[in-house]
Amino acid sequence: MTLSNTEIWIIIAALGIGTYLIRFSFLGLIGNRKLPTWVLRHLRYTPVAVLPGMVAPLALWPQATGGETDPARLAAAAATFLVGLMTRSVMAAVFGGAVTLYAGLYLLD
Amino acid sequence: MPQPTPRQSFLRGLCDSSPFLLVIVPFALLFGVVGTEAGLSITQVMGFSILIVAGASQFAALQLMIDNASTVIVLITALVVNLRMAMYSAALVPHLGAAPLWQRAIIAYFNVDQTYALSQVQFEKNPDMPLAHKIAYFFGTAAPVCPAWYGFTYVGAVAGGAIPPEFALDFAVPITFLALIAPALKTLAHVAAALTSVVLALAFAGLPAGLGLILAAVAAMAVGAQVELWQERRAA
Repeated sequence: MTLSNTEIWIIIAALGIGTYLIRFSFLGLIGNRKLPTWVLRHLRYTPVAVLPGMVAPLALWPQATGGETDPARLAAAAATFLVGLMTRSVMAAVFGGAVTLYAGLYLLD
Repeated sequence: MPQPTPRQSFLRGLCDSSPFLLVIVPFALLFGVVGTEAGLSITQVMGFSILIVAGASQFAALQLMIDNASTVIVLITALVVNLRMAMYSAALVPHLGAAPLWQRAIIAYFNVDQTYALSQVQFEKNPDMPLAHKIAYFFGTAAPVCPAWYGFTYVGAVAGGAIPPEFALDFAVPITFLALIAPALKTLAHVAAALTSVVLALAFAGLPAGLGLILAAVAAMAVGAQVELWQERRAA
């Protein structure tokens, strides 16, 4: 990370304030007004719109291997996803991914 | 049947949210570890968990900072991840909107995924719960998860430096995100949004760090919304 201490604190403070204002928005300022349907329709998809796009390059081109696709990490990503889909449990998915990652690193590297 | 006291409502909230500790504790530890490994000081790591209190966006911001994305892109991306909380805020108004402003200001701070989800279910089931009880229940749900989020972030941050590279912690963030995404793929619209996000983020990988992700996320949100609309029309 090349950020200075000041820059890091600016990010933390701005995210803290921004996130608080999002949480406070209707409770504190806008009150009992309905969000338009089209806004709700988009908000519903914010987490699944951001996180997959963030993961895909990390899984395909891991930083630890200098961007080289790594079979152990790719297998761990696939296992996490599949266990998550099958069990619908976040912790089971993390566990499946971690076991696969360590088994893969042990067997393949 | 005797009327329950606000104290009992608080305790019920506390009991209802305690199982979430199974998820909160490891994620908080992990954030502490990954944060210090990335070069943040313990105070800065704690700053994230105390001021932002939102796991996914904290991990997203951290990852972009590691990738040397510009400050503006870090802020936009992490705040987009948190936009869903505007929905939470709006959904709580019919139940908690009558509380005094200072209480609503505190409620807003603790309006996280777990407290919102539990309170919403509780209030919809018992719309006639008196206001004081609803507030007590809400704070009850915050009582275990929020302090655990701070405390275990700290434990992770202190322990972080001692973990050797063989543990491949670089891959903790992707695994965390994938574990959050898979169970969230509830409908065809969610799947379509996630796929759009993946394909476009990879296609835009050449753009400055994080910019492609923002473009991919905006397009993915639109795709999710359109698929939902299309399915509704087809069902009608």
